[in-house]
Amino acid sequence: MPAASWLAQPMHVLQPALAQGTLSPAAVVEELLARLASHNPALQAFLEVSTERLRAQAHALSQQPRQGKLYGVPIALKDNLCLQGELTTCASRILEGFRAPYDATVITRLKAEGALLVPRANMDEFAFGSSTENSAFGLTRNPWDASRVPGGSSGGSAAAVAADLCAGALGSDTGGSIRQPAAFCGVVGLKPTYGRVSRYGLVAFASSLDQIGPLTKDVRDAALLLSVIAGHDPRDSTSAPVAVPDYLTALERPVKGLRLGVPQLSEEGLDPQIKQAVEAAVRQFEQLGLQVERIALPHLPHAVEVYYIIATAEASSNLARYDGVQYGHRAAENRHPNALLDMYFSTRTSGFGPEARRRILLGTYVLSQGYYEAYYLKGMKVRTLIKQDFEQAFQRCDVVLMPTTPTPAFRVGEKLTDPLQMYLSDIYTISANLAGIPALSMPCGFSAESLPIGLQLLAAPFKEDVLLQAAYAYEQATEWHRRKPAISIK
Amino acid sequence: MAYEPVIGLEVHLQLSTQTKLFCGCLTKFGAAPNSQTCPVCLWLPGTLPVLNERALEWGMKVGLALECTIAPVMKFDRKQYFYPDLPKGYQISQFDKPLAQRGGLAISAGGQPRRIGIHRAHLEEDAGKLLHDQHQTASLVDYNRTGVPLIEIVSDPDLRSPEEAYEYLVHLKAVLEYLDVSTCNMEEGSLRCDANVSLRPVGQHAFGAKVEVKNLNSFKAVKQALEFEIKRQTLALQQGSRIVQETRLWDAKALQTTPMRSKEEAADYRYFPEPDLVPFVIDRARVDAVRAQLPESPHQRAERFQRGYQLSAYDAGVLTQSRALAELFEGALKAGASPKPVANWLMGDFAAYLNAKGQAPETVKLDPRWLVHLLELIAQGTLSGKMAKDVFVQMLEQGQDPAILVREQGLQQIVDTGLLARVAAEIVQAHPQSAEDYRKGKASALTFLMGQAMKQTKGKANPQQMSEALKRQLQEGS
Repeated sequence: MPAASWLAQPMHVLQPALAQGTLSPAAVVEELLARLASHNPALQAFLEVSTERLRAQAHALSQQPRQGKLYGVPIALKDNLCLQGELTTCASRILEGFRAPYDATVITRLKAEGALLVPRANMDEFAFGSSTENSAFGLTRNPWDASRVPGGSSGGSAAAVAADLCAGALGSDTGGSIRQPAAFCGVVGLKPTYGRVSRYGLVAFASSLDQIGPLTKDVRDAALLLSVIAGHDPRDSTSAPVAVPDYLTALERPVKGLRLGVPQLSEEGLDPQIKQAVEAAVRQFEQLGLQVERIALPHLPHAVEVYYIIATAEASSNLARYDGVQYGHRAAENRHPNALLDMYFSTRTSGFGPEARRRILLGTYVLSQGYYEAYYLKGMKVRTLIKQDFEQAFQRCDVVLMPTTPTPAFRVGEKLTDPLQMYLSDIYTISANLAGIPALSMPCGFSAESLPIGLQLLAAPFKEDVLLQAAYAYEQATEWHRRKPAISIK
Repeated sequence: MAYEPVIGLEVHLQLSTQTKLFCGCLTKFGAAPNSQTCPVCLWLPGTLPVLNERALEWGMKVGLALECTIAPVMKFDRKQYFYPDLPKGYQISQFDKPLAQRGGLAISAGGQPRRIGIHRAHLEEDAGKLLHDQHQTASLVDYNRTGVPLIEIVSDPDLRSPEEAYEYLVHLKAVLEYLDVSTCNMEEGSLRCDANVSLRPVGQHAFGAKVEVKNLNSFKAVKQALEFEIKRQTLALQQGSRIVQETRLWDAKALQTTPMRSKEEAADYRYFPEPDLVPFVIDRARVDAVRAQLPESPHQRAERFQRGYQLSAYDAGVLTQSRALAELFEGALKAGASPKPVANWLMGDFAAYLNAKGQAPETVKLDPRWLVHLLELIAQGTLSGKMAKDVFVQMLEQGQDPAILVREQGLQQIVDTGLLARVAAEIVQAHPQSAEDYRKGKASALTFLMGQAMKQTKGKANPQQMSEALKRQLQEGS
């Protein structure tokens, strides 16, 4: 294997080489730096590359025992994860210059396993978006076709994994922000059960929907990365004290007899190529011995509306802290009698981009006196119904299958002026967040334009092991994950 | 037309848990600015709250002591507004599922027992403090207080006069003090009060427009502000104006309230359930366990004092109103004193002293054993009643055992009959006119001579014996 191809390898291949010493962290870092130098300027998967920091980490790792599930493995970090001493901006001007004084719990866990941390993967500002075009610091491009978006909001993480600018990545998923870019970039993306992974240190978008999860080159890597970050955290009251199963062992379990739920979904706006690819995947699962069940998820058509009520309500509240008082951006001082109010207005108007302002306004509106019952409260009730739809479905099946996205990656600028069209690109992913269940996206085909197509699998709460088991069996039986964009290492 | 005031009070009580409501920072009063903060209570991006179980338990104590029902499921909500002392743009409070609801507090107002309803008591976090006088052109923020646990106790609109409101606060404070969950100190801000007051024609059931009064820094201020508001509103109504629903501020110097904001200007807090904290299920067993550990209430203690020490209902009530006073009383009994004289000293001279100084009993250094010593000095005849009163004040002012005071100052009552006779002879000789007046039957002359004799002995003469010695001297000289 040529020396310059390590980054093309999945983590589960890279880590043993590092642990055995046939490969040094320094060599990985040098290859990474070379690739970043040649490809990041065009892709903008990362907002910055700190050469010294990466070399210092490699040096520190070389002084340690070669231990840890992720020893020396470069993991890209979305710019909404707090890493002590480093910038964390959520790709927003309002957090310009903010350095977190503490580590997110997932970062602590990555460090404990010897991971090589690569901040800061680009994203839509505060994770508001499905294309990474809403980053205040420039858009990320799709490694398969630079005229297209990588999806979002974890577009930087997905593009970095697809373009071999890291071995794996962490993203966050509030309505599809891991799975949709994973589908657009042809990688594996997993949104865990709500409460499976601690949110401590994840800059909040919508607290009741946010989850951190892995973006990886294959299913085994997703299992590996999840096994590191999953588990109860006393710092997050919403993290669940539920035991973490051995995800890697689960991969090997036979899938024969598992029940695959295939829902009847509206096909409005669904690209026929995606429909075909997903149907082919169903047949593949049947061949693997899964039993196909037709299921109904009657409240799913309301998921997008409900999501944009609940998510914006929580976001408007979570973003109230960016007021220019304590840290980050503050608009110019002035001294007239309304100075305080003025500082709030001008700081927030100049600090937030248009999509952030739109969502803050929406969220403020739906929580206002006189509207709360009609929007937020009703939204929460429908959310419960969607959750119940899945509870019923999972009595009849183990895994639900549906597309990840209605279309393959769209063109840069195509949906930027039409927020509703943009919101609809999350139509299949949102329900998993509303129901709090785990969901995974993996490659299941390619469009005529050679763009990746994503297959989405969903399971009951805390059944990530079943999800990974089914996904792994499918991956073993197919070759989609082996296809790489031209920009990647061949 | 006659109007009836309708008053309800909102009391914010800081719980003196060691650490804050949602993080592990200390809550000590008076620490250097921002020294008791962490990423969580500074609410930096990515941080999350974790409920302090002790604060929940203490909140339950307060709820139970106020005879409330503890919610089987409690949740937190976000109360949203922008202010620099609120570092995340919302306060974590409780909106529609408070910790405790529907309780009551027995008070006595004007000698009449009354029960004031407790509408609810809920947990919330305190805000930071703005400092406007530390810098020429900027205001500074101290986040030490951010996240200190508060319990807000809302009364029903059951109070009908400023006096009742005052008594409610006194009784409430007593109940809270007994629980040992707060310093209950208005100066340090660990106990704060806002008052709601409206007027309605006597006999009318519906409430009038409500005015909320803020910035009340003492119980006395609450009473004064309510008195002012009732006068102001009565006058306005009599002149045919309407009362507008608004928030007003009490100005303790000008002794008046001034408008702060009207109903229209009131903020829409956009409450919604706090998604970072799951709803808390409080099972019966836990409530029962907290209830079982509730300390004696002032009311229970008063009953015990009446039964055990043969005190009148009034005395028992006064002595138990302040926990510190009750502890002094029982401490002195434990050290060997008998109930009645201790009660008299505490309710008489001690209460007068506190009143004059404007102090609360717990702020005075007083060892209950000193009371025993004082009573012993009186019983032994070392101190006369008059001397004892002086020594009592010295004891409080100097924080010193009366036995030591007496020894150091040579404060020994003169009971030596020979010495007293000599003093009497000197005084009678020095004031022949008074002596003659006395002999002619003018009784007040003796009072004058007594005064002179006490002056000469620096108050140390045993009054009874001195008086007798003088009478003897006057008779002999005739």
